[in-house]
Amino acid sequence: MLRISDLTCGYGMKIVLNNINLEIGKGEFAGIIGPNGSGKTTLLKAVTRLVKPYKGKIFIEDKELYSIDHKEIAQKIAVVSQNLPTMSMTVREYVLLGRTPHYKNLQFFENESDVEIAEHAMTMTDIIKLQDSYMSEISGGEIQLALIARALAQEPWMLLLDEPTAHLDITHQVNVLDLIRRLNKEYGLTVIIVLHDLNLASAYCDRLILMDNGRIKKIGTPEEVLNYADIEEVYKTVVVVEKNPVSLKPFVIVVPEEVKKNCRR
Amino acid sequence: MIKKKTTQLVIYVLASIAFLIMVSIISLSVGSAGIPVNRIIPILVEGKGTPEYSILFDIRLPRIILGFAIGGALSLAGVILQGMFRNPLVEPYTLGISGGAALGASLCITLRLNLILPNVAMPLSGFLGAFLVFIPIYLLNIKKSALRIHGLLLTGVMISFISSSLVTLILAISRAEDLQGIIFWIMGSLEEPSWVLIWIACIVSVACLVLSYLFCLDMNALTLGEEEAIHLGIDVEKKKKLLFLIASLLTGISVSITGLIGFVGLIVPHFIRMLVGYDHRVLLVTSFLSGAGFLIFCDMLARTVIAPVELPVGVITGILGGSIFIYALSRRLFH
Repeated sequence: MLRISDLTCGYGMKIVLNNINLEIGKGEFAGIIGPNGSGKTTLLKAVTRLVKPYKGKIFIEDKELYSIDHKEIAQKIAVVSQNLPTMSMTVREYVLLGRTPHYKNLQFFENESDVEIAEHAMTMTDIIKLQDSYMSEISGGEIQLALIARALAQEPWMLLLDEPTAHLDITHQVNVLDLIRRLNKEYGLTVIIVLHDLNLASAYCDRLILMDNGRIKKIGTPEEVLNYADIEEVYKTVVVVEKNPVSLKPFVIVVPEEVKKNCRR
Repeated sequence: MIKKKTTQLVIYVLASIAFLIMVSIISLSVGSAGIPVNRIIPILVEGKGTPEYSILFDIRLPRIILGFAIGGALSLAGVILQGMFRNPLVEPYTLGISGGAALGASLCITLRLNLILPNVAMPLSGFLGAFLVFIPIYLLNIKKSALRIHGLLLTGVMISFISSSLVTLILAISRAEDLQGIIFWIMGSLEEPSWVLIWIACIVSVACLVLSYLFCLDMNALTLGEEEAIHLGIDVEKKKKLLFLIASLLTGISVSITGLIGFVGLIVPHFIRMLVGYDHRVLLVTSFLSGAGFLIFCDMLARTVIAPVELPVGVITGILGGSIFIYALSRRLFH
């Protein structure tokens, strides 16, 4: 379980997250949504010790985050960030880097078990056929799958993803999110995902955390969080929230300025 | 896969060792007094006393051993720094430490300290200069116990400029007889009369190779960037400090003993990375051995191209290294 208690943090003098309290249980699929600059990525960074708290504490399985060894954290939590990987390595080499936190002292080379786990991660993400290709030779969607495979090779119980569908077409968006959902359902992997697309967040997440200006505005199911009043207040944009006729989940429709004018007339 | 990786390591290391041995034997044989390769063993068996023995083992062998140590050290420092900074243009001399060493050595010559303590004063002042520059570079870039990589690079470049200006100032006010000494020291040479210093260079560079190999997986993770390395469980701040210390020690020792021998720490790691890939498990050892072989080869050329006049080895490393590198790039020899 992940528990964040009274967390305030930021960069230098700038406070980005203010008094955050949050609990994520094992096996949950939680989505973090909110406008640019609301603190979504910083929240993920705080959980992985990239940003130090000014105040408050983060607990992972009841252990305070800063009392846990770096390696141990990486064995529990894997991150799929927006950083592009080094392009001069093969997919296989890249995925095998995910085994780094599991290497013992003075172990310089991967053993049979490391290779098996990396291959399994590539099979799950359906990139095993690309294993000998260089990262520079594969498409954006395949790179995203390789990032997830590397994270899975860490054998974590929690996966943090920072906008994994950014820059992907709808086919790849659905492929990536279907895969993450399957990993969550079949392997009990806890998922915390930052998403900009509210409809994808609604379609895939069990619980949504709506962030606004460094604070949590609302937490709950997509039905509870995605209502037009909260969305309009946080995003400062006029929206219409309907029910998706297929999934029956909330569906957010943006209203462009031109359409608004026509409606007024 | 494991077999493939270890086989790859063994092949690359054996090829580098073969290159090193071949270059060393040729370098031992070639010079203003040519000694055929097949005569080396008989001369060794005959023992001391012959002029050929003296040429081989009192003049050429020390240079080869020093070339091994310094070439390996500079190349290793280059690999470490290029990996740490994720910048293929970074080299040991970018850090400003070499500038400090050059300043120390120039002061030593101008103040005639080398006449008081012959053989020792120059490397000692060079090392002291390197150390005195290392301290502010390190301290200026430690913020909340984190080492700022970009700050380190910028401070290093600025301190290099300051040191170089101070060396120019010293040159401008030096006596004519000191000028040549300073200029020749700056250009770098493997001519070192003290066996003690040669062995110190050897022990330090090999020890640093072993030590840095302990961090090869950390360096592999760092190729993805600091954030990603943290995600992979690396204590990035601790490892950065240790790696910077190792690279600084290698640079300080090299420059204080042989002067400024450029390009080895830039070109060899870059070239070897193009050949063997990013993996530091292979890269560290092969770069060390290849850097050693490359410097020994360049020194052999420096001694023989217009013999009996000896060229500064830094001139050869620059011309040869740069040309081979451009050729390799233009022919797209590597992935």
